[in-house]
Amino acid sequence: MKEIDAETISQAVARLAVQACCHLPDDVLQALARAGKEEASPTGRAILEQLIDNAALARSENMPICQDTGLAVIFADVGQNVRIVGGDFESAIHEGVRRGYTQGYLRKSSVAEPLFERKNTGDNTPAVIHTRIVPGDTLRLRLAPKGAGSENKSLVRMLVPADGLEGVRRVVLEAVRAAGPSACPPLVIGVGIGGTMEVAALCAKRAAARDIESHNADARYAALEEDLLDMVNKTGIGPQGFGGLVTALKVHVEWAPAHIASLPVAVNFNCHAARHAEVEL
Amino acid sequence: MADQDVKRITAPFDDATARSLRAGDRVLISGTLLAARDAAHKRMVECLERGEALPVDMRGAVVYYVGPSPARPGQVIGAAGPTTSGRMDAYTPQLLQQGLKGMIGKGYRSAEVAEALRRYEAPYLAAIGGAGALIARSIKKYTVLAYADLGPEALAALEVEDFPAIVVMDVEGGNYYEMGQQPFDRL
Repeated sequence: MKEIDAETISQAVARLAVQACCHLPDDVLQALARAGKEEASPTGRAILEQLIDNAALARSENMPICQDTGLAVIFADVGQNVRIVGGDFESAIHEGVRRGYTQGYLRKSSVAEPLFERKNTGDNTPAVIHTRIVPGDTLRLRLAPKGAGSENKSLVRMLVPADGLEGVRRVVLEAVRAAGPSACPPLVIGVGIGGTMEVAALCAKRAAARDIESHNADARYAALEEDLLDMVNKTGIGPQGFGGLVTALKVHVEWAPAHIASLPVAVNFNCHAARHAEVEL
Repeated sequence: MADQDVKRITAPFDDATARSLRAGDRVLISGTLLAARDAAHKRMVECLERGEALPVDMRGAVVYYVGPSPARPGQVIGAAGPTTSGRMDAYTPQLLQQGLKGMIGKGYRSAEVAEALRRYEAPYLAAIGGAGALIARSIKKYTVLAYADLGPEALAALEVEDFPAIVVMDVEGGNYYEMGQQPFDRL
């Protein structure tokens, strides 16, 4: 049994929040640079260059890449031999978000209640926490800030098995066309297939938050990722919707076992600022 | 984007400026913009519905849909890229009626807004979504004018110098999203 102090978790989360919002990961930067070489539209190329300049400026000035520093979505893989001491796990994460977003001059974008009052909580809490209990004695925390421009264009469709592969392609294409420039292309698209409604959505979210260079471990789904990327990039939407060959940098697919009668499909969009930061405690 | 292709314009817009812009034009804007997004728009429209005057004069105003991140000590403003314009569609025609002459955001607008833009002769422009750090460099002053309780959503004045934007919808119905995408649509 390994003990991890709640305070250690709070400090780690605060650090991850600032890092994720101000430092675009190198893999995303490299993907933007590659996209600049592939893009045929001069406007598209100019925009991709400016996105790279923006990321460099944000890093050097410790300023957020984007003003929408998002809700703090945290994927926690908790080793079953880990014991949290000195406080409870979720409160420790919320405290880390509170510190990171306040001390790091990040925008506070959460409202306590969604419909009637919509009052800003003032410290970007609560975090959105997805926890898995896994073998081992380490705690892995991945923080992926989620802005609303891209999130608002995400969707879940409950297909039936007969819809099959074509159904999946249709849903992704419809979602990308509807999102257009609003989701800030070039996109990183997470597609969740299978499970129940909420499992498909979570698969899509995990897929959108993956490292940009990763691919599905199953060769058939890895091929589907390539196929969907090719399709999305034929829409012509291009960087910022001004037209071009690069509408998405990557499509990631995650799947889950499903009911014999179900084929849920979820699409979760990440904008070009595919932010994430991770730590292992 | 060579420098000679960029139009330098001043905000607030006079009628001639609003009419002169064409879909696809690159512009650098200097002068004063209004900053307002969802909650500030809702309050302004509620204000009009009660028959009260708006807290700011809309005539010639150019509104930038932005909710900046907080400024660090010594900075004017934090990251300040555009937010999704479509969320303001419900409020836009009423503000155009009050004299609003331009909008800067990102993303598609509704058919109602497109119609109102032609009717009131106001263009819609886009700034680069997510380029919040880069855009912040062109903002020289940030002054809250009303609704301070809304935090990053407060109604504010932004003094800008060479603020970069692209004209998306012009007063004659030109649409740069459609013009730009069409040649690359291979489906």
